[in-house]
Amino acid sequence: MKELLENIARNLVDNPEDVSVNEVEGEKSLILELRVANEDMGKVIGKQGRIAKAIRTVMKAAAVRNNKRVVVEIIQ
Amino acid sequence: MAQFVEKEGRTIEAAIEEALEDLNIEMKNAEIEVLDEGSKRLFGLLGGRNAVVRVYKKENFEEIVKNFMNPILDAMGLEEEMEIVMDGDILTVKLAAENIGIVIGRRGETLDALQYLLGLVVNKSSERFIRVTLDVGNYREKREETLIKLAKRLADKVTKNRKNMTLEPMNPYERRIIHATLQNYKSVETYSIGEEPNRKVVIKYKRESKQD
Repeated sequence: MKELLENIARNLVDNPEDVSVNEVEGEKSLILELRVANEDMGKVIGKQGRIAKAIRTVMKAAAVRNNKRVVVEIIQ
Repeated sequence: MAQFVEKEGRTIEAAIEEALEDLNIEMKNAEIEVLDEGSKRLFGLLGGRNAVVRVYKKENFEEIVKNFMNPILDAMGLEEEMEIVMDGDILTVKLAAENIGIVIGRRGETLDALQYLLGLVVNKSSERFIRVTLDVGNYREKREETLIKLAKRLADKVTKNRKNMTLEPMNPYERRIIHATLQNYKSVETYSIGEEPNRKVVIKYKRESKQD
């Protein structure tokens, strides 16, 4: 899941080397903390959070197989 | 063919190498045009001209699409099989039709999200705007048929009951299908209400205009 989110984010930003994801494992959910370069924040959030929402939708679908709820947090 | 750089170097090879570095691409993704072969310097010192090359970056959408899509399909447990067709400014990516529910999601939510992200990724590396369509099996085609049928059925109902009807939330593309289907219906008119992503089409009863 971590690698998947990293790959998605790296494809969207201008500074792929600054993308990192931290996994926080909970009992029922998996929190993925996404960090990108400051100037790339817009590239993973989008107007009215449209990009962030699309990323969450895709991640949720990808997590179905693992029977876990995935929460994507974008950290500043 | 959009992006290119021109470089000068002592040899053609040196100029090419510099250009590739500038474009941040590998040889296989480049198209090279030699503008000036240059000429040798006498005793390596006097005279001579530098070689000049122009290097174009090939727009290799197939690779971009696969790099982005494969890990996602893999995580969803799907085969990494797809058909990628570039037609003018429209790029169509069609996924194999097995176990499609997971990629489509509720009301096509996942497929639309993926299509949106793929569009961003493709356009990031393209100078011109590319419209990206992502489909799986015949989902989009079938969905369009369903929406056209639904629109006609509800329009008849609105006409019969003389009462407006509000449809479930739809994305812009789906709403457009409803509007387009009913645009020539004399007894109804359509408009949308609400904010994305909960914007809905309303089919409104229109009295036969007997004015004048």
